[in-house]
Parts: sequence; C-alpha cells; structure tokens
Amino acid sequence: MASPSRHFLDLLEQHGYNFFTGVPCSLFDGVTRILDAEPRYGYISAVREDSAMGLAAGAYLGGRQPVVLMQNSGLGVSVNALVSLHQIYDIPALLVISWRGEGGPGGDDAPEHIIMGDVMRPFLDLLRIPFAVFEPSTLAADVERLTRTMHETHKPVALVVGKGRLQS
Amino acid sequence: MKRAAAVARVADAVDARGAECLTVVCNGMIGRELYTHADAPSRFYMIGSMGLASSIGLGLALVQPSRTVVVFDGDGNVLMNLGTLASVAAAAPPNFYHVVFDNAAHGSTGGQRTISDRVPLDAVARAAGYRSVVRAGAEDALATALTTFFDAPAPAMLVVDVERGNQPGIGRVEPSPLELTSRFRTRATLKTRSA
Repeated sequence: MASPSRHFLDLLEQHGYNFFTGVPCSLFDGVTRILDAEPRYGYISAVREDSAMGLAAGAYLGGRQPVVLMQNSGLGVSVNALVSLHQIYDIPALLVISWRGEGGPGGDDAPEHIIMGDVMRPFLDLLRIPFAVFEPSTLAADVERLTRTMHETHKPVALVVGKGRLQS
Repeated sequence: MKRAAAVARVADAVDARGAECLTVVCNGMIGRELYTHADAPSRFYMIGSMGLASSIGLGLALVQPSRTVVVFDGDGNVLMNLGTLASVAAAAPPNFYHVVFDNAAHGSTGGQRTISDRVPLDAVARAAGYRSVVRAGAEDALATALTTFFDAPAPAMLVVDVERGNQPGIGRVEPSPLELTSRFRTRATLKTRSA
C-alpha cells in the first residue's frame, strides 16, 4: 500500500496541482522526501515561505496550479505576500501548512511553536483563508472542496497538517 | 542617469525582442515609470509584496522555459529578498534576466538610504552563481550593455546605477490588480512562435 505521503501527492495531482514549492517541516517530511527525490515534480525548495508564495504566483501566471508547503511559522512570514499579492491579484494556491504547537500552551511542543499553534485557526480566519484540518477519513472530500473553492474565488486555500499525518 | 530614463531604455530593449518576452516589475516607482513610458499586456506590475518580483519571475521562468523572463527590480527590493538570488542561481533558469535599478535608496518612500552602496549587488549575484553579471554606470555604458545583455548566458543580472529622485507627477499603474493578472496570464500562456 502506498505511504500516506504518496497517497496525498497522488490526490493533489488528481485535482490538477502541478507546481510544488515550499520550505520543509518534520510534520510533512514524507511529502518533501518524495518531492525532493523525484525530478518529475520539479519541486523548488524555497529559501523562505514568502519567496515560495512568489514562486507559486509566478507559476500560476505561467499556467500552473501551485501548492506551497510550509510550517505554520512560515505562515507569519507569508502574510504580506498573501494579502498584498495573492488575495488582491486573484492568484490561487493550495497552502499545505503544518500545525506545530497544536496543543497550545498546554501541549508538549517546543516553545517557539506554542503561540502560533494556538492562534493559527483564528489567524487563518482573520486572513480570510478557507482551510480544512487534515483528517484521513475526510481528506479526499476536503481536498475536493478546497480546490473547488480555490477555483471559484481565485484565492489561496489551506490544508492544515497535524502531527503523524504525513511523516511517512 | 535618471531612473525613469534608464527604465525606458531597458524597456525599449525588451520590446525590441518581441512578444516572447514577459516582464515582472517590482513595486514602487520603477513600475510607475515603466507603465508611464510604455504599457503592454506582457508586463506584470506589482503594487505590494515588496521583494518578491524575483521570486515571481523565477516561478514564471521555470514553467515557461521557451519565454524570456525579465525582472525589473530595485536595490531595496533585492535587499529585502536577497535569499532569492541564491534560489535563482540554484535553479539556474536559462531564460531569467534580472535588471536592477540601483540608487542606493528607497525611492518610493522618500529616498531613505539602503545599503547597496556598501554591498554591491552585482558582486552578490556573481557570488551566488548568476552566469552573467554586468554593471552599467552611465547612459552610454547602459546602451552598450543592452546590445548584448539579453543574449548573455542566464540567469543574468544587469545593475544600472541611477540617480536618486522621482519624476514629479508620475502616473500610477491604472489597470486593477485583477486586470493585470488576467491579461498577463493570457499573454504568458499563449503559444508564441517557436523561437
């Protein structure tokens, strides 16, 4: 049986995604490993998450349907790209965002992740980015729904990936 | 040389190469000067997201390898996203031409100094691994550089030294961001004649 990461990438390709860039996170290490290993994906390992957003915008303008992978720390880095590029120019992308610090202050993640982990959902709402939390039983339907929303609005949508989902 | 004049000279050189060229322009005065000189659907003007013109140009160059992608940038923009010079060099798209108008100042916010007078951006690009790098300090040097620059091995950077100061009464980019996306994407994904 295919690994969860392989299954996930296959699902994204079935929905038309054909440009991949981002910055790694241990929580989706399985996905980045495949992207790095297989040249057909043309994965660009970006230096920063906002630069990855720019790469995705350029790819969209060139006719592609992009995915940007990032840790939620990178969501903070990407805010200006999201609000002053993608959202005002109608440039869609699927953001795959890991959820470090998911447990918030009561959780067991490293200190630097606690606050972003705690505020991430309201933060995405505030930025008006529709999102779903990765859950294997609803993943196919969620990706389909998010992709439809992305096509209708021409704006970024996000899939939030918690611990243990895409590490293999 | 005044920046608006330099922008116009480079734009004319790009336009002389025909419809296969796609231009991504950084935010600020450079875009407004380019728009005022000569607008075209093949130009994507940024109004925000400072620093990201090079990233957008890189993504575009990678997915449209048969097109020549030109990025109009400023020293403040390049410094804000210096890491992407490394991304450009690492990905090494042979169709990526980066033109940096360098006045060692943030022209759009009032001319406050940057640090490009102490950290030469041409040297940074060369060290990162751009295949061709040239610096033009005067109008005749720019004219000479433009005769060969867009045929040089890429990724390539042309740094143009320009004076500080903005042209009074310069217009703004008139099409809305949505219009800019729509017309540029249409142009960028058109099948052009084979080069």
